[in-house]
Amino acid sequence: MAADARAVVAHHFDSPDQQREAASLGMWVFLVTEVMFFGGLFLAYVVYRGSFPHAFAAASRELDIVLGTTNTALLLASSLTMALAVRAAQLGRRLPLVVFLALTMALGSVFLGIKMYEYHHKFVEGLFPGAAFRFSGPEAPHAEMFFCLYFAMTGLHALHMVIGLGVLAVMLVLGARGRFGPLYHNPVECAGLYWHFVDIVWIFLFPLLYLVGRHA
Amino acid sequence: MVALPSETGIPPKVHYLNADYGIRSWLLTTDHKRIGILYLISITFFFAIGGLMAVLIRMELATPEGDLFQSDTYNRLFTMHGIMMIFFFLIPSIPAVLGNFLIPIMVGARDLAFPRLNLFSWYLFNIAGLFTIWALVHGGVDTGWTFYTPYSTRYSNTHVIATALGIFIAGFSSILTGLNFVVTIHRMRAPGLGWFRLPLFVWSLYATSLIFILGTPVLAITLLLLAAERVFGIGIFDPSLGGDPLLFQHLFWFYSHPAVYIMVLPAMGVVSEIVPAFARKKIFGYRFIAYASVALAVLGFLVWAHHMFVAGMSIYAATVFSALSMLVAVPSAVKVFNWTATLYQGSISWDTPMLYALGFIGLFTMGGLTGVMLATLGIDVHVHDTYFIIAHFHYIMVGGAIMGYLGGLHYWWPKITGKLYPRFWSRISAMVIFIGFNVTFFPQFILGYLGMPRRYHAYPPEFQVLNVMSSAGATILGVGYLIPLIYFIWSMRYGRHASSNPWGVVGLEWETTSPPPTENFETPPVVTRGPYEYSRSEEVADGR
Repeated sequence: MAADARAVVAHHFDSPDQQREAASLGMWVFLVTEVMFFGGLFLAYVVYRGSFPHAFAAASRELDIVLGTTNTALLLASSLTMALAVRAAQLGRRLPLVVFLALTMALGSVFLGIKMYEYHHKFVEGLFPGAAFRFSGPEAPHAEMFFCLYFAMTGLHALHMVIGLGVLAVMLVLGARGRFGPLYHNPVECAGLYWHFVDIVWIFLFPLLYLVGRHA
Repeated sequence: MVALPSETGIPPKVHYLNADYGIRSWLLTTDHKRIGILYLISITFFFAIGGLMAVLIRMELATPEGDLFQSDTYNRLFTMHGIMMIFFFLIPSIPAVLGNFLIPIMVGARDLAFPRLNLFSWYLFNIAGLFTIWALVHGGVDTGWTFYTPYSTRYSNTHVIATALGIFIAGFSSILTGLNFVVTIHRMRAPGLGWFRLPLFVWSLYATSLIFILGTPVLAITLLLLAAERVFGIGIFDPSLGGDPLLFQHLFWFYSHPAVYIMVLPAMGVVSEIVPAFARKKIFGYRFIAYASVALAVLGFLVWAHHMFVAGMSIYAATVFSALSMLVAVPSAVKVFNWTATLYQGSISWDTPMLYALGFIGLFTMGGLTGVMLATLGIDVHVHDTYFIIAHFHYIMVGGAIMGYLGGLHYWWPKITGKLYPRFWSRISAMVIFIGFNVTFFPQFILGYLGMPRRYHAYPPEFQVLNVMSSAGATILGVGYLIPLIYFIWSMRYGRHASSNPWGVVGLEWETTSPPPTENFETPPVVTRGPYEYSRSEEVADGR
């Protein structure tokens, strides 16, 4: 092992390859746990949408489709910049890495900003579940169930976004210091995997929550 | 008793225990062996608390009248007994203590793949445990360890949220442990160590880790929803708000049934190590045992609703789950038959670990066969929520998992501490535990079959004889658990030094020193043969 390779390999690994493979497998396994974590919520959604299809459709029409679509576009764009950041890290190009990470964070932050605005709007309209819930349509309790799931699912998703922004901020600082290069870039790769996962969750949430009432 | 010359040895000058001193060197360690010992201390503490609850339960049940505790207090006792024992002792027991210590050594690695995550998981575990104990001190929880809704969300006036969060956090510590094991086993095996040269202990913990990874997150989200329902008054599981309590039960058992295999699979792995070691024979049907571990992990995910036969499920679903549950008997029986076949014509030595392993095989068989009875719809309806269930799962969890844990602790103690414990007392303790266990729990099969329901602090007088037997057995069992505690602690100070291979067995962990050096091996091992090579010709060649 060359001296520069030894510097980036932890004591219990034999080679940079072994270390990178372990990190990447670990990240994938972690994402499997995340799929199961969200899976419980998706199951609850499937069960209750099956039970109360009309209430879910009516409640879904209360959501703002323009904001939802904008957010979808923002997240997809952030996945692209994230992928470019990973590539920049692999090639050891410091400036593009920093720029693409910053862009990813900016897109993610705008997403969260829009999400906060939507939440605020729902609070004002009395669509937050609980004692103050007001819904004019029929089957109000079942529409409340929709909003329970809406806030639980998008809230958990937003929490993952916030964590993702924190991770990216760390990557940004390390990247700016030139820590990543062809030999050592698995942290950026793992952060990228995480970011894409959060993106994919949204790709499922968007049609289930925003579009489910549109075709009816 | 005089030890054989090969048992004792001279300890290495530097090993993981004396490589560094002071409290910081322990609390900030990333050495998997030290973290295993930290876990050992933590779970022993939680076991003592759960055990104390059991003592109080058996004291109350010694008389038919509810005279020692009020029913509310009794509800809190059995709830905390279940929560402490399941989430804070049984689930972490073998994986986090023995698995942590042994998996890197058994695969010939210097540490687990993510040493800092490993330490982090220990901190999470302790935070979770202390959080739960805090809830206990401030009045406890009375929902039973299952947290069934809507009682837990709407009616129970106890510390449900704090306890649920405690279990939520403990769940993440299991997830991290499972993740670490999977990556280590995949990526860090020594040269020459193919999958079918791995010790069966590693196979069983691999299967266990799959359950950690796939099951625990579902429990986490379920408890989160439960807590949210209590805090915000929303109704995901509340029928009065359109929610479905059965959904909670499905989600809960989707984790909590596989959790049974989290408890018993590692114990099976321990037994698969001990049986060939003390029969001095290659294990029979290696691949079948390995595949049976994975099969149990997979099947374990397909049978959860057999906990809900009387909950109002459709009869068709119940029939399917009943049939699938019976399938679990197949890989379980494969293992028991293979262990038995390994014993056949072996030269068996009755050392303490072997006594525990044989105890495991017998008690697990009892627990497993009654499990098939319970998978039968008609019988399940008859004995549902009676002491028959209690007896059944204690045969699996105490008779199975704890016997396996203690067997493993006795087997690897010389490796972990470098010290030998008294052979006489350890054999006595194994027998006391076996007897005490059976006297405690066998009468409960009869009680349940006669119709004594679980979770009541009082019962009709005709059940008293069997209940007194059970309480007396619990006393014997308690003494049985105290003896190892005493001689293990004694051995750390006064025990003779163990040689690197005190049992004269094969396996990578016995090729390094006792205790091992911080990086496990002086020279990185290269594996050239399968595990359990005890063929006669080799022994002749070795001159034994």
